Amino acid sequence: MAPNPLHLGVALDGAGWHPAAWRAPNSRPTELFSARYWTDVVATAERGLLDFVTIEDSLRVPGPLHARGDDAVDQVRARLDAHLIAATLAPLTHHIGLIPTVTTTHTEPFHVSTAIATLDYTSRGRAGWQVRVSAGAEEAQHFGRREITDPTPAEFAALIATGELPGHAEALFEEATDAVEVVRRLWDSWEDDAEIRDVATRRFIDRDKLHYIDFEGRFFRVRGPAITPRPPQGQPVITALGHAPRIYEFAATAADLVFVTPTREHGPAQILRQIATAGASRVGEPLRVYADLVVFLDTDDDTGAQRLARLNDQSGAEFSSDAAVFTGSAEEIADLLADWNTQGVDGFRLRPGVAVDDLAAIAGRLVPALQHRGAFRTSYPEGSLRGLLGLSTTVPNRYARV
Amino acid sequence: MSTPRKQVILGAYLGGVNHHTAWWHPEAGSQIDFSSFEHTARTAERGKFDFFFLAEGLILRERAGQIFDQDIIGRPDTFGVLAAIASVTEHLGLAGTVNATFNEPYELARQFATLDHLSGGRAAWNVVTSFDAFTGQNFRRGGFLDPSDRYVRAEETLRAVRALWDSWNADDIVADKDSGRFLARPDAGSFEFRGRQFDISGRFTVPRSPQGRPVILQAGVSPQGRDFAAANADAIFSPYGKLREAADFYRDIKSRAVAAGRSPDDIKILPSASFVLGDTDAEAIEKYRAIRDEQVTGQTALILLEQIWNRDLSGYDPEGPVPDVEPEPDAPPFIQGRAFLHQDRFATVKRLREVSEAKKLTLRETVIDQFERGPIVGTPARVAEKIDDFVNSDGSDGFILGSHLVPTGLDEFVDRVVPLLQDRGALRTEYTGTTLRDNLGLPGLRSAAVPVDA
Ligand SMILES: Cc1cc2nc3c(=O)[nH]c(=O)nc-3n(C[C@H](O)[C@H](O)[C@H](O)COP(=O)(O)O)c2cc1C
Repeated sequence: MAPNPLHLGVALDGAGWHPAAWRAPNSRPTELFSARYWTDVVATAERGLLDFVTIEDSLRVPGPLHARGDDAVDQVRARLDAHLIAATLAPLTHHIGLIPTVTTTHTEPFHVSTAIATLDYTSRGRAGWQVRVSAGAEEAQHFGRREITDPTPAEFAALIATGELPGHAEALFEEATDAVEVVRRLWDSWEDDAEIRDVATRRFIDRDKLHYIDFEGRFFRVRGPAITPRPPQGQPVITALGHAPRIYEFAATAADLVFVTPTREHGPAQILRQIATAGASRVGEPLRVYADLVVFLDTDDDTGAQRLARLNDQSGAEFSSDAAVFTGSAEEIADLLADWNTQGVDGFRLRPGVAVDDLAAIAGRLVPALQHRGAFRTSYPEGSLRGLLGLSTTVPNRYARV
Repeated sequence: MSTPRKQVILGAYLGGVNHHTAWWHPEAGSQIDFSSFEHTARTAERGKFDFFFLAEGLILRERAGQIFDQDIIGRPDTFGVLAAIASVTEHLGLAGTVNATFNEPYELARQFATLDHLSGGRAAWNVVTSFDAFTGQNFRRGGFLDPSDRYVRAEETLRAVRALWDSWNADDIVADKDSGRFLARPDAGSFEFRGRQFDISGRFTVPRSPQGRPVILQAGVSPQGRDFAAANADAIFSPYGKLREAADFYRDIKSRAVAAGRSPDDIKILPSASFVLGDTDAEAIEKYRAIRDEQVTGQTALILLEQIWNRDLSGYDPEGPVPDVEPEPDAPPFIQGRAFLHQDRFATVKRLREVSEAKKLTLRETVIDQFERGPIVGTPARVAEKIDDFVNSDGSDGFILGSHLVPTGLDEFVDRVVPLLQDRGALRTEYTGTTLRDNLGLPGLRSAAVPVDA
């Protein structure tokens, strides 16, 4: 195996990332809200030995961003809570990492910490968290506790052109940084051996091994300790999607790995440089960089390009995405992954255009192609998600005295 | 008997953060590993229980500013465990205690509706209302809620949550690939709720779930709590396990339900209970005494009294009389982070002193006498008979049953008592309904269009 083995995960979002994915012949749109659908899809991913699945979520119905009052009825305008989907999958899977998206803007960091720690228990060390902020007025109105304005068209243009965040979004990322800090401190607030069950003294825990976190920030205060003992991984894997240097800074401060979106044209080089700059003062392990790609792969019946064209016809619009869109064969994408891997990308997160079809092609075609090149494992090693991803598996506890 | 035999409703409670779960027992297992939760849930399903039940506490308890170290500490996230149990069971209801104060309606509605989808219609929410500023220290909301407002907030939270659940109709998802129509109407999930606590609007992400509205439980015994439950809950988790007080509570809640325009059958009363089995009644009583002595040590007894006195009682002898000092209701809380049911400290202290004197009991014995919740003790036949009689005497509609031993404590109940309950015709031998609501014998929902505060 290559010295820098590539890692491969998938991002799951409903029937797939194409708005018409639910209409593809093999899609099961009436089952999108059932455990069976999610179990089947993730079983495919696990058969393919993938490192992880992420599960998309937000506190609004899926659909075009910043398009309120949109009355389309031809798209999947509904979703389940991603944390609970992951929790349902935990006892039914054995090796694959489970990374739900949980937002930080309207949620309580204390609850988030407990939820991900618990997922780590139910999955026996395979939990992660994709951090996300809720940047829109719509989500804020679902809670009614604070005003958040949508970016203006000018702010939105600046964001795309220069990566500059509108002022209020800046605050949301500061808040997210604090939220992650709180969550991490809570995970450490119990030392691993805090539970002593000393029958002689009748002490269940050694209270000296529990720690108040006493976090005070601009947005909230949290005292701790956690109600949940330190999770099996110590620190479950934290991830974030980023498109701009400010978000890379957030990721470098808060996350273990960042999902990025290089274009086919330019490749990952510039993003890798920006991340190196953003992470210059990062302590500990380097931030791992995973490139996102939306994929429509060739199948027995059709090429990926034909499949995409048909979906575009059905939705009446050319598909576009923040991530590069790949159509083609397993061999072709294996070439692309190998090339970007050589350039320094640690791994990939593929977003299946159509969940059932593209996941089947990833597991059944791409993975064998990579294995054939010696670029991907042929079985799961024992252990945690951190271990699978090559992150250190002995995570020091910030509160433990040495 | 001429009236048909009432069916006993059974919930399984996994003993968590409390003083009576025997963590010191040689067979006691993990309180946090999923395998413990899985074992208990599978056992309950084998015994045809209606549901699995989890309590909640959002902060570690403290005594005099120090974290408790004597009892079980630490628990997992309620939603995360229940969703995982959904995967390893088929019929068992999944009841989660979740606070109405430290969560927002949008996320509560979303999480319970999701659990209902992923479990195929087995979700239940036990609405609790702890309000204290102490718990608030772990949350952005802080301790903002005045105690007298807790049911105001709970009621409004529940109405908002129902408005969200009702924002989707059962037939809103068409998902017709040929026509390309996914939604039946463009505004599926649209909601608007304005009240004293919440002013929210937008679109709810989760389509109507199998039960439409997950089952609502309530735990809380004040007049406000009773009215809230009588008007809103499908079942009430009660602390009254002795027949006389239980029957009073039963009548009270059912009549409040009628006053609120509901049928008495619309709300089920479920006391918490534990059990001890033996091959003879005498052996069971012996066993129970031994367990109880382990559960209520002198130190535990003092700590339980400190909650009422609200002061340090560590200088008192557990084998001596009940403390002669007066409670200090106005001092800062001496013990924090524990649901507190005592309304009037002075009246409680007076009662404890009287009982202690009349029955010639030590402090520790008085605590046992007054605070045990009437465990069901005896041979399997005796326990089956007691449960059946209790329910048929309208002491309750069933029980939420816990064992002092995690995770295997429920096994012997299921192996030895459940078949006897089934022989008596008091417990189903197969699940009949597809949802928890069906299995509990609750009336079906009329329709999503019914106004939420009808
Ligand atoms: C049987 C029972 C179980 C309860 N379980 C919990 C619990 O798990 N978590 C919690 O925060 N409060 C719990 N409570 C506390 C209640 O939610 C409520 O805060 C308390 O009873 C005060 O309300 P009240 O004055 O109406 O009784 C429980 C109460 C009862 C009676």
